[in-house]
Amino acid sequence: MDAIILQILNGLDKGSAYALIALGLTLIFGTLGVVNFAHGALFMIGAFVAVTVSRLLTLSHQVIDETRTDFLGNPLKVDVPYIYGWFGESTGAAIIDWAVPISILIAIPVMILIGVIMERGLIKHFYKRPHADQILVTFGLAIVLQEIIKYFYGANPIPTPAPQAFVGSFDFGALIGFDANSIIYPYWRLVYFGFSMVIITAVFAFLQFTTFGMVVRAGMADRETVGLLGINIDKRFTIMFGIAAAVAGLAGVMYTPINSPNYHMGMDFLVLSFVVVVVGGMGSLPGAVAAGFLLGILESFASMGAVIDLIPGINQVIIYLVAIVILLTRPRGLMGRKGVMEE
Amino acid sequence: MLGLNKKDMNLLLLVAGLVIFAPFILNPFPEGSELAQFNAGYPDLMQRFVIFGIFAIGFNILFGLTGYLSFGHAAFLGVGSYAGVWMMKLLTMNVVPAIMISVVVAGLFSLLIGYISLRRSGIYFSILTLAFAQMSFALAYSVLTPLTGGETGLQLSLNDPRVLGISATETGSIPVTHFFGLEMRDSFELALGSWLFTFNAGYYLCAAVMLIAFYLSIRIFRSPFGMMLRAVKSNQQRMKYTGLNPKPYTLAAFVISGMYAGLAGGLMVSMDPLAGAERMFWTASGEVVLMAILGGAGTLIGPVLGAGLIKYMENILSKINSTILHEWFAFMPDGIEDVMVTLVYPFIGKGWHLTLGIMFMLVVIFLPGGLVEGGQRIARLFRRRGAKTDDSGAEQSQNTPAE
Amino acid sequence: MSKSTLTRRGLLKTSAVAGAGLATPTVFGGAAWSAGHTGFTNAPEGSTVTLGFNVPQTGPYADEGADELRAYELAVEHLNGDGDGGMLPTFSSKVLDGTGIMGKKVEYVTGDTQTKSDAARASARSMIEKDGAIMITGGSSSGVAVAVQALCQEAGVIFMAGLTHSNDTTGKDKKANGFRHFFNSYMSGAALAPVLAANYGTDRKAYHLTADYNWGYTTEQAIKESTEAIGWETVNTVLTPLTQTDFSSYIAPVLQSGADVLVLNHYGGNMVNSLTNAVQFGLREAQANGKNFEIVVPLYSRLMAKGAGANVKGIFGSTNWHWSLPDEGSQAFTRSFGTKYGFPPSQAAHTCYVQTLLYADAVQRAGSFNPCAVVEALEGFEFDGLGNGPTLYRAEDHQCFKDVLVVKGKENPTSEFDLLEIVEITPVEQVTYAPDHPQFAGGALGTCNPGA
Repeated sequence: MDAIILQILNGLDKGSAYALIALGLTLIFGTLGVVNFAHGALFMIGAFVAVTVSRLLTLSHQVIDETRTDFLGNPLKVDVPYIYGWFGESTGAAIIDWAVPISILIAIPVMILIGVIMERGLIKHFYKRPHADQILVTFGLAIVLQEIIKYFYGANPIPTPAPQAFVGSFDFGALIGFDANSIIYPYWRLVYFGFSMVIITAVFAFLQFTTFGMVVRAGMADRETVGLLGINIDKRFTIMFGIAAAVAGLAGVMYTPINSPNYHMGMDFLVLSFVVVVVGGMGSLPGAVAAGFLLGILESFASMGAVIDLIPGINQVIIYLVAIVILLTRPRGLMGRKGVMEE
Repeated sequence: MLGLNKKDMNLLLLVAGLVIFAPFILNPFPEGSELAQFNAGYPDLMQRFVIFGIFAIGFNILFGLTGYLSFGHAAFLGVGSYAGVWMMKLLTMNVVPAIMISVVVAGLFSLLIGYISLRRSGIYFSILTLAFAQMSFALAYSVLTPLTGGETGLQLSLNDPRVLGISATETGSIPVTHFFGLEMRDSFELALGSWLFTFNAGYYLCAAVMLIAFYLSIRIFRSPFGMMLRAVKSNQQRMKYTGLNPKPYTLAAFVISGMYAGLAGGLMVSMDPLAGAERMFWTASGEVVLMAILGGAGTLIGPVLGAGLIKYMENILSKINSTILHEWFAFMPDGIEDVMVTLVYPFIGKGWHLTLGIMFMLVVIFLPGGLVEGGQRIARLFRRRGAKTDDSGAEQSQNTPAE
Repeated sequence: MSKSTLTRRGLLKTSAVAGAGLATPTVFGGAAWSAGHTGFTNAPEGSTVTLGFNVPQTGPYADEGADELRAYELAVEHLNGDGDGGMLPTFSSKVLDGTGIMGKKVEYVTGDTQTKSDAARASARSMIEKDGAIMITGGSSSGVAVAVQALCQEAGVIFMAGLTHSNDTTGKDKKANGFRHFFNSYMSGAALAPVLAANYGTDRKAYHLTADYNWGYTTEQAIKESTEAIGWETVNTVLTPLTQTDFSSYIAPVLQSGADVLVLNHYGGNMVNSLTNAVQFGLREAQANGKNFEIVVPLYSRLMAKGAGANVKGIFGSTNWHWSLPDEGSQAFTRSFGTKYGFPPSQAAHTCYVQTLLYADAVQRAGSFNPCAVVEALEGFEFDGLGNGPTLYRAEDHQCFKDVLVVKGKENPTSEFDLLEIVEITPVEQVTYAPDHPQFAGGALGTCNPGA
């Protein structure tokens, strides 16, 4: 029983990453009708915003320590961050420790800006082009973006730890009446889950309860009529693209302490997030979120030793197997609309 | 002739000419010169050009005609490769049975996957094919290791039975692939001045197969069946109303293109008898999509050009390193040389992916019809300027990388 | 080009027609499998010899590949008599004198393996067919090493493996033309087990997470057998997909399984992520069976340690070589590499550098570039002064036998390169095994192939 609860927790956590990426992807598809293969790259760029922020915070000058030597036998040069000089060592260290949460604040404007530039500069010209062209151009963009990141940051993963306060884990089992140590869960993953719930709720609330959201929803349903009513729908769609980019970017920032980011993490998530979107049903926001959690939980169950022993290799293929079964039994995924992306 | 109209016949002859003379066309620079780096006329790359050409032609029969975007075509190539290697392990090193079994197995596999996937259309179809291909890759890499060799790929060994051949040669090596005694790796070299041209038996076998495949694809494009497939693309609804069921046609197209992929896989292992699971990974499927679109989807020659261009970049661009760059710019003053090297360096060698990505974007943005459209535009440009200029040069530069 | 029609008839004939008038076979470039009059593939003519450095330049191992390439460039420099000579003065064999190999200046070509066996073979073939490379070396995974090794065997050139740790490379997939200096899974197990016993006791229960492909299988088997031999019990082994990025669902059940040691048979990105996740789940601080819970990483590399950051602290693993080794050869190499590039070399760089020197030395001693002569010179070759102490290139399987390092993540690193500390230098006797050891069963070297 506790093993199952543990895997549900894992699944929710994994699912929240899938759901966040799929949400942005669906947002772009639903509003703009564009299949964005560069969405994974936006996730990756978000993660590298965190890396960049922590690099900036640790910009250092070198102090020579005569008592120790480096690998060549010369006196050791010790990096001392400038920030120590400005705020004192303890405050400075605390700021560096909180690099990832600080990055969230910086990532929001940066990602919105990147999203808007992408939409105005490139995507705009592809609204009327076939989906295949959209896929190709955004795929090209994804390659370019990740190669640029690789050029500056290298191919190796870069550790970006969470603040000390969130390191370690939490005895979830004891809380709900199981033996101590039976269900232990890392703090940061709980934070990630909570954070993604907040973002998902915020996006839904924004679309549901604001006039802006109402117009966008109307535009999703019938762009032409909204345009005829004299509403500048294009501008709003640009903003939506920015928001979608920010959602992907924030997912990336928050993900850095879970796995050290590297330049191809976007591609790793890309296929998976497309599967999630399609299983949820193209253009359906609730579908994307539901499918994200569903696939996350099923993936976690499939990785249990007992399950693998029963069906060898199931953990390798579970996501795809589920996708196939769902698409064959429910033609448009869980909540897809008729006629979207079917021709 | 051969049931082709004049225009198609000319196209076929053009392709045949390019393929036959590829060893010359691809080695335009003399050996030992700075530009020899850009020569592509060595057996491995020439073989790859035509093999991936076949793969892309087959893909185009499905995607170009019916509009169904399969994201799992690499799986058929992979399955074909495995079947081919097993044939060489069990039966004989003659490539003919290996190629035949590759086509048959890939055909059966695509029949199965096509039958299921074609129950959906649009992106749902794409994701279904992607899911099947990714499953094939994941299983081949891990639990199916006894059958596929897993990480190291399926390869020949000295203990293979090879009932119609020999397990090992007299000198204790694994026998080499051959076509009724003609070894695939045999090459004949021709030195003309400081130019060196290599004519490889394996390449010409692939080239012959490719010409047949290309011819068949023209016939399919021009046949009533091809017409039906175009009807599937333009309006399935209307097709149904006229009493035609589109499903058998699309399935047939799917299986044909799967068999083309299997043929490519069979030829690949005939040239180089090892089948790795990576050739089924989704990026490999994505690559053939890119080839088709880059060259010009739905056109006859486009996919071949696209395949050539991508393989050229992968194999030539990635081998340029900073030392070579310094040699190129050595004629410049030192400071400028370093600046030039710094500027160019991110785009070559380990940065070849970057160049590839930029090129996709440029082609898609400015040449929606792919390289074929680019060629047409250039041709039109020359026609407008009058007959004074000889356009063969421009056409050659268009075609060179493709062969 | 009009002349070409004259020879069209001969196009498909085999190269046996060499020597007929116009169609003289040339030696440079493309001569791969054709009959050169010198009797072996790509026999170098003129004043230079070309080596092929085939390393991952794109994909997840690109940084490791870049480090290998640096080492190769350094080796070429030293062979040609430039720079400070690196390990040449410390090498026990003194036939290399800084004038290239057999008086020929060493040149090289580079290629991208992409860490895919197909791409690696394409790249290697282009080096052999187009650039006339006489030897191929490099790579950062066993899949690639085995694939390229088989290709070199067929083509008739020498393959000097780079970083490849799977038993199979010199086990069931060994080839006469292929040589490996790097250590392997068995040696990791044999070196680690006594250190683990000394530090964690002999009454331990191990839980293995294993990458689901060949290298993972051989490593799991090696570690399992060697730890069971010291009295440990293996509670469970779970295979994880290569493409997995988040290992939480594999890590979470470990604590409940009754195990008190977690063995991560992962490499590269898989290892960075699984170790990070394991530490996140508090395994390093956890208690199980009344003991401290421990994590073991059988194969360490500095680049991986860098990716995992502070998570590696105190975690045991094995490695082929480390720049902090005190012997003269290692120090000379570290100095030479560090002076040129500004940071110490990785184990991948070391093995690649050494392999290049060993090849050059073997050619020089054999007095011929003929692969069969080189094979003969390398088989049973004993040398010293290249780090790792006295080393034997065993004739039976072309595997180097030398000391293996057991390392542990450093508690207080002084720089981003100073992440591992040497716990023990396991002497070569302890990691030596019989050529017919069951973990290496199957396969045969075959005979050397000079091509042509």
